[in-house]
Amino acid sequence: MTLRRRIVPYLLLGPGTIWLLLFFVVPLFYMAELSLRSGTFGNYEFTWHWANYSEALDLYDTQLVRSFLYAGVATLIALLIAYPLAYTIAFKAGRWRNALLFAVVAPFFTTYLIRTIAWETILSDDSPVTKVLHAIGLAPSGHVLATGGAVIAGLTYNFLPFMILPIYASLERIDVRLIEAARDLYSSAAQAFWRVTLPLSAPGVIAGTLLTFIPAAGDYVNAQFLGGAGNQMIGNVIQALYLSQSNYPSAAALSFVLMALIMVAVVIYIRFAGSEALMGEESR
Amino acid sequence: MSGESRGTRAWRWLREHAVNMVAGLVVLYLLIPIAVILLFSFNDPQGRYNYTWVGFTLDHWAHAFSRPELTEALLTSLKLALLATLISTAIGTIMALALVRHNFRGRRLANFLIVIPMATPEVVMGAALLSFFLIYNAPPLGFETLLIAHVMFCISFVVVVVRSRLIGFDRSLEEAAKDLGASPFQTFRLVTLPLIMPGIFGGAMLAFALSIDDFVISNFNSGTTVTFPLYIFGAAQRGIPVEVNVIAMILFGTTVAAMGFATWQQARAEKMASVRPDQEAAPVSLGTAAAT
Repeated sequence: MTLRRRIVPYLLLGPGTIWLLLFFVVPLFYMAELSLRSGTFGNYEFTWHWANYSEALDLYDTQLVRSFLYAGVATLIALLIAYPLAYTIAFKAGRWRNALLFAVVAPFFTTYLIRTIAWETILSDDSPVTKVLHAIGLAPSGHVLATGGAVIAGLTYNFLPFMILPIYASLERIDVRLIEAARDLYSSAAQAFWRVTLPLSAPGVIAGTLLTFIPAAGDYVNAQFLGGAGNQMIGNVIQALYLSQSNYPSAAALSFVLMALIMVAVVIYIRFAGSEALMGEESR
Repeated sequence: MSGESRGTRAWRWLREHAVNMVAGLVVLYLLIPIAVILLFSFNDPQGRYNYTWVGFTLDHWAHAFSRPELTEALLTSLKLALLATLISTAIGTIMALALVRHNFRGRRLANFLIVIPMATPEVVMGAALLSFFLIYNAPPLGFETLLIAHVMFCISFVVVVVRSRLIGFDRSLEEAAKDLGASPFQTFRLVTLPLIMPGIFGGAMLAFALSIDDFVISNFNSGTTVTFPLYIFGAAQRGIPVEVNVIAMILFGTTVAAMGFATWQQARAEKMASVRPDQEAAPVSLGTAAAT
């Protein structure tokens, strides 16, 4: 019985673990092997060819930097506009709460590509939105499509629900009495927000920024449809190298560089944000 | 109050409602593209490009399935999403059961294995899997490789959803079933399973939505098989037919209906879980039981 009891969890975990090991972990090793091959298409040979990495970095450093820049700006904008909405849903919406939550997840119910193509329509040269942006001086050339701004707008839009939902979840868990206590102890509304509400919602903010930044940094759909030749991101390069140029070693090397850089960024961010959240806990 | 000037009052009103107004604008931002997709499903474009508004027509709704390639791509997507959902929900549910109900060595490692695919950019996952299929040289790129990929990226999400449902589970209900002479299997089938069903259904819905919408990973591993998103990507260069918008809206409506059903089922399960004797709740649940 005890032996059976000890085996049960492994039996339950077995199929999923095997699937994830075989089709997620093992492929990463295959990609590592591929990234160290050299030669020409058709007969790439494994030769510990580390130069693939330095060559890829030399050739595509602009796209790499651009990806992190676009993803960073999109994450920041998403945070700034997601927080007020999450706050309203959590504290002020009342009976509108479910309707607003529905509006947040509604974009997920339409296909990602069609959503992005809808932005192509919205931002096209003779659309009302573009004309308004032109009139108020935000689009001096009269074009919005094929600019970095359009790509960032698309990234912000497509990953915004990933920002709103975690922030909402952490705001909703806050014990309102803590905020009331701060007010009773003569803090202003702003002070109560900065010193009680915001620190308590930090886990949601951290989760939301990660869930937005990681897919945005690797995305190539927005740059493909909303950007021009000068706005291509690293995802576009990886996709083109793999699927149209069949330059697998360089593409594999670039994928690893992207993954490594994202991991470094995430670790630094969690260190920084983690200590910030901790300070919030202390000041409470 | 009467001493305040009009300007002060306006300023105060603005300060009180500023957050709500920003929230309203964000909701608008979220919904505008959906409105555009709906509007352009009624468009009657002259050329191949459905980017500018020409005139209203119901033709494309009446002939939503008139393009064989598009219909075939949609059917492939539905078949793929159904299979991926079935497999990943079964695998993910038992994984969640193991993680919540059992203490065992290697649990943290298992948790790590489940979280890491969700923190990896899709392009890296797609590229790695393609590298694997290229070097390993089997199976050939197509429906099978798509199914393998879709199950892979759905598992983690199913585990997370089902696990959250299991954590809030009241185990005294299972103990009661055992006390009343139910075998472990009967307890699982008659008590545990119905109570965690909303979680399983939620996980399955998420898996289905992720699978039917996936473009990036499919783009890498599809070979010549065409799914609905891949069809759109291919059609984008030569102009996307209006029928794509119509089908997108049909999918949208179906998902909304499914979500309504899930919410209803959740409410029902909560009612089931609240049958335990409770001085205040008892008359209420009796009343609702009589009403239905």
